[in-house]
Amino acid sequence: MKNNQRAKFNLGRLLQDNIVPVMFIVICIICFPMSGYSPTYLLNELVTRMGRNTFLVLSLLIPVMAGLGMNFAMTLGAMAGQIGLILVSDWQIWGIPGIILAMIISIPISILFGIFCGNLLNKAKGREMITSYIIAFFMNGVYQLIVLFMMGPIIPIIHDTLKLPRGYGIRNTVSLLNMRQHLDNLLAINVAGIKIPVLTFLIIGVLCLVIVWFRRTKLGQDMRAVAQDMEVARNAGINVDRTRIIAIVMSTVLAGFGMIIYLQNLGNFPTYSAHTQIGTFSIAALLVGGASVEKASISNAFLGVFLFHLMFIMAPAAGTAVTGDSMIGEYFRTFVSYGVITVALIMYEARKRRTRSATSHLLALAQQEEEARAK
Amino acid sequence: MGKTLENQSTVRGFIDRFGMPRLIIAAFVVLLFVMAPIVGADLTMQIGNVINRFSWNAILVLAMVPMIQSGCSLNFGIPLGILSGLLGGTLSIQLGFTGVTSFFMAILLATPFAVLVGGGYGWLLNKIKGGEMMIATYVGLASIAFMCMMWLLLPYTSPTMVWGLSGKGLRTTISLEGFYDKALANFLPIPIDPENGLYFPTGSILFFAILALGIWAFFRTKTGTAMTAVGSNPLFARAAGINVNRMRLLSVIMSTWLGAVGILVYQQGFGFMQLYMAPNNMTLPTVSAILIGGAAVNKASIPNVIIGTILFQSIVTLTPTVVTAMIHMDISEVVRMIVSNGMILYALTRVMKGEGSR
Repeated sequence: MKNNQRAKFNLGRLLQDNIVPVMFIVICIICFPMSGYSPTYLLNELVTRMGRNTFLVLSLLIPVMAGLGMNFAMTLGAMAGQIGLILVSDWQIWGIPGIILAMIISIPISILFGIFCGNLLNKAKGREMITSYIIAFFMNGVYQLIVLFMMGPIIPIIHDTLKLPRGYGIRNTVSLLNMRQHLDNLLAINVAGIKIPVLTFLIIGVLCLVIVWFRRTKLGQDMRAVAQDMEVARNAGINVDRTRIIAIVMSTVLAGFGMIIYLQNLGNFPTYSAHTQIGTFSIAALLVGGASVEKASISNAFLGVFLFHLMFIMAPAAGTAVTGDSMIGEYFRTFVSYGVITVALIMYEARKRRTRSATSHLLALAQQEEEARAK
Repeated sequence: MGKTLENQSTVRGFIDRFGMPRLIIAAFVVLLFVMAPIVGADLTMQIGNVINRFSWNAILVLAMVPMIQSGCSLNFGIPLGILSGLLGGTLSIQLGFTGVTSFFMAILLATPFAVLVGGGYGWLLNKIKGGEMMIATYVGLASIAFMCMMWLLLPYTSPTMVWGLSGKGLRTTISLEGFYDKALANFLPIPIDPENGLYFPTGSILFFAILALGIWAFFRTKTGTAMTAVGSNPLFARAAGINVNRMRLLSVIMSTWLGAVGILVYQQGFGFMQLYMAPNNMTLPTVSAILIGGAAVNKASIPNVIIGTILFQSIVTLTPTVVTAMIHMDISEVVRMIVSNGMILYALTRVMKGEGSR
């Protein structure tokens, strides 16, 4: 059936399936002259932002592959990464060793969070996305409990500069000044005024290779089988629940690394709000790249980060130029990122219904045929 | 079902029926009420606060009922109703209405928006049956962001609402004093603790009672029964000749309108109108309130609304005073977050009856 569809090359359908990227290219083309930015400035910003965000976006690919949809609970990994960074900055281990240590600390926390999340998602099959969306909110409460109340009395924090004046809990902003862009600056090269963080891109490249390799392993194949049809996969002897949990754990761990890369580039982070929007923006970026809820590739991630952040850079300036109010552009980009997710979700559900009705139609036809033959 | 009835006498059966998290929350609230006088909080005042907050929020929670009953799942799209209500409220002030009139004008002005928006939203939800919750969430978020732009761009001029300096764009918080602040609450108020300005908001409670009674009565009419049938078994409903899509559309419009009225009632109690990203903060507490009250993802009733709102608002009002007094840490916000979202998670991870029959 799939081949049949593909054989009938249909421009309308092609456009319909790629409506989100096309829409975005149009927005970017319109915004570009209005924002008044020079190409060099844009390119410089874009390269920085691609280095900063691509890893996070890539962490979403594995759950999509396992049929879990967009992992809104990648925020959990971001929280684990932040806990790692808080501890490392308290121990004053800076630079590259600090970044690596923070990643190591984040791993067990991510695994714990991931197992918790995966188990819940297994109980909510068919509603994974909304459940993971709520898990992110729920765990935000747990994160605050840990960072705001347990850090100090239970988890020792040595330095007062990190603590709130009342003696426990972490301050609203954690400064990472001593590891700011250490990863990006190592091996960085300058091409025509554009700084390229080679090491960060190398790490992203390695992750891409790992994902490509992982798809071919037994576990990767299992995940795809689970995504196709859980019942069939179970009959084939695959432990469906375990496979799904592994997918979520991997995504969470990767999101933790991604968050650390993201934050070392920024140089400080708001302790209680850095992670809240990261899920939405990463998912929006992936969808902008032409991914859908059931299919996402590495190229989707790259194209998505490129287009999404191009819009993100230009929208405020373009908004100010048009309306004279800087907030319009800010709200516009929030609107667009939510809107993109909405459109993608609607398209996914509509397509699901379409294939379902097509299947039932085929089934009915087959039945009729059989009945006719029986006569 | 028969099994549950047999076990009814046993504790186990009771827990199964009521749900463990709900029991824990109820026990927690009882504990809070017991602890309140011990730690030195004024119990009368606390109860008065709970009643007042109940009167603000109850209609928003009530707005969940029609959609849940018709099988459209939890209404994560309640921001659409809230935004309609905000449009009605701002228009009413802009058109120069004051006092109690402005409140009823706000409801009147919000109605066409609610019907229109609810209609579109219902049409969309009919296209994507099965994926309502996630899409509703993002439709809500996107429309909030869209209205953020609109609040800045729409040509409002009323000096009480626009920014003083530039003279355009609505403020983030608008005081309702002189407009519909306490429009309902000041109807026959019964003093509880007049020294602290605490009154029993008879008007608001009556207003809620009228609406709740209306909804209760509606679900006993022919249309209402048909709506419940659509929610509990869509295939059966279709076989019985009920127009499933029409019922769902109607329920969404009802929910949206109730959401619009709900936010206006909330504002008249609170005394302020909050614009921009504020509607976002109403969704999850409202959803979790009805779940705490005993509703399931596809079944809700008026008692669920009342019990849920009382329990949820008790947690919100009592935790700060009681827990802070006990352990000298203000963990109320964290408790609220974990309880409300935990409750939604619990409801989502339960196996739904009649699932897969779609």
